[in-house]
Amino acid sequence: MAEDNGGKRTGLLGRVREFAEEIKKIFREKGKEEIEGLKDPEKTQLYRSIFRVKHEETPRSRSLGVLSNVFLHLHPAKVNRDATRYNYTWGMGGITFYLFIVLTFTGVLLMFYYHPSKVQAFLDILYLENDVPFGKLLRNMHRWAAHLMIIAVWLHMFRVFLTGSYKKPREFNWCVGVLLMVLTLLLSFTGYLLPDDQLGFWAVTVGTNMARATPGLGHEGPFGSLLGMTPYNDVRFALLGGSIVDANALLRAYIWHCIAIPLIASVFMGVHFWRVRKDGGISGPSPVMLESEIKEDKGPRPVIMRPSGMV
Amino acid sequence: MLGDWHQLWEIVSAPDNVPIVALLFLVPFYVWYAFRQARANDELIEKLEADPAAAKTAHRKTQPYHPKWDREVHTWPYLMRVEFVAAILVTVLLMVWSLTLNAPLEEPSNPNVTMNPAKAPWYFLGLQEMLVYFDPWIAGVVMPTLIIIGLMAVPYIDANPLGNGYYTYKQRRFAIWTFCLGFIGLWVAMISIGTFIRGPGWMWFWPTSTWDAERIEYAVNRNLDAVFGINGAWLVHLMPVANRAYSPILARIIFGFFPIALYFIVASYLVYRVMNSTNFTQRIFRRMTLLQIVTTDLLLVLMLALPVKILLRLIFRIKYIWVTPWFSI
Ligand code: HEM
Repeated sequence: MAEDNGGKRTGLLGRVREFAEEIKKIFREKGKEEIEGLKDPEKTQLYRSIFRVKHEETPRSRSLGVLSNVFLHLHPAKVNRDATRYNYTWGMGGITFYLFIVLTFTGVLLMFYYHPSKVQAFLDILYLENDVPFGKLLRNMHRWAAHLMIIAVWLHMFRVFLTGSYKKPREFNWCVGVLLMVLTLLLSFTGYLLPDDQLGFWAVTVGTNMARATPGLGHEGPFGSLLGMTPYNDVRFALLGGSIVDANALLRAYIWHCIAIPLIASVFMGVHFWRVRKDGGISGPSPVMLESEIKEDKGPRPVIMRPSGMV
Repeated sequence: MLGDWHQLWEIVSAPDNVPIVALLFLVPFYVWYAFRQARANDELIEKLEADPAAAKTAHRKTQPYHPKWDREVHTWPYLMRVEFVAAILVTVLLMVWSLTLNAPLEEPSNPNVTMNPAKAPWYFLGLQEMLVYFDPWIAGVVMPTLIIIGLMAVPYIDANPLGNGYYTYKQRRFAIWTFCLGFIGLWVAMISIGTFIRGPGWMWFWPTSTWDAERIEYAVNRNLDAVFGINGAWLVHLMPVANRAYSPILARIIFGFFPIALYFIVASYLVYRVMNSTNFTQRIFRRMTLLQIVTTDLLLVLMLALPVKILLRLIFRIKYIWVTPWFSI
């Protein structure tokens, strides 16, 4: 404030002018500082509050960047160099997961337009196809991503098998994977009914008719009628909420499809990824083992009781 | 005959069949891709087995290698960027697919108008195809259950410690043949048949023949007991007079048990022989516990029952092997 302040009493106007000068100066100086700061966004408080660590090309920073991020921390900080190539995993597990995310995203958008009722369901699909902006694209993407996810799961399982990745210590994660595959198929199957068209209706009719034949639990299955099963109390009835594929079946399919199975699958996926890490990361590509290096078993130990870590 | 190529095109280009057409290319591609790596590893293994001294110092991988390279790389950016690119490629593929092909939508559902053929979603067509050969309780309930249980059992019955973390064929012949038989031969192949060959009435239409809903198939299938002329004539004399009317049924129940038992015995024995067919498999066999041996044998016998029943049907026109009032196999 190089202005004359000493002694002279200024009027109101003068005070305002003085204040304006001051503000101008603050804006100029602090503003410059602010803009300079933006050139280095990683130093901002906002950035640090979100990401917690600076991003630099140092090993420490690269590791912390992954480990301290909730989305990335499923990864280890470092991975087997050869595992980053396409040819080992084919990226199939990751692609499956990505498709699951795409399906969740497009699925939620579809839910905005869909009512699980016999009156509305089919009309909603027509509405989506013809009137909703990008509605057709949305529906197509959801449909094809679902198909693609099934193919990806199978190929993922195929590669896990061919690389022997289910062997010790990853036995349990293979089992989690099998359940995930079943859940994926069920997700797709429950979704098939939702458009309430002939295709879905008859596919689900054919599919659930098999439940009639469940031994002991279906009214047409072996010993079913002996155990008191009728079309009105067997497993098929429980699945459909009725003896035919109708409004209740639509509602049940909807709830399984949009809420229950996605939740269950998410939990299992969490376990699956967690176990990939806890089991020591991706199984390979590891150095080949020779037949001459097989350690002989020290006497028989039942699978159930074999101490872990023994080969 | 020129054949009905239009019919074939209609099947292949049906939007919901695109995944199966894709599968027909993807599965062979990945089989080839995996086996190419397996062959490279097997060659390396052979070299190292022949030269124990070299085995001690060798790098033991077929991936490009430089002694100065680190064994591990940072996830960020080396893995993240691959995942990022993969996500983009999948998104682009999905976009193009969704822009060019529309998801099917048929008429509103109508319980009074049956779709012919009424097909399950494509990924369950393998099971639906099995309905031709087995009753629904086997094809629709027992088989899926066994597939799930069988898959979950795999890590616990495979006692072969080799081939953990790399592609190989020579070290795991038995496991790989089994899995490929199940996955390709009995799952993907059955899905393909269900998609491309089964037409109205679930009848067999060779590709390029016209789907004719009017076609009638004269079923000439017989039960095994009929082939052997089992009618209870012998049993009649052993039964109380009041119950004689049941003798054909009882005779069939008793008769049917034997071919099934025979199959289990013969097939288990054959599986046992295969498990012990080479020095290496014998070595693995010795490592297995009783529970592992029995489970492996049983699961394989059950799996082989599929092709066996299919062949019995196609060659001998057998419908059921064991007929009882409660279930038939
Ligand atoms: C929704 C389905 C699934 C998802 C999202 C998923 C995801 C993943 C991911 C991202 C990985 C890391 C390595 C990779 O990408 O290959 C992985 C590994 C693994 N998955 Fe899955 N998976 C699924 C289903 C399955 C199935 C069906 C199986 C087997 C029956 C399976 C067994 C395994 C095993 C054993 C590993 C460890 C592999 C190794 O260490 O090399 N997963 N999974």
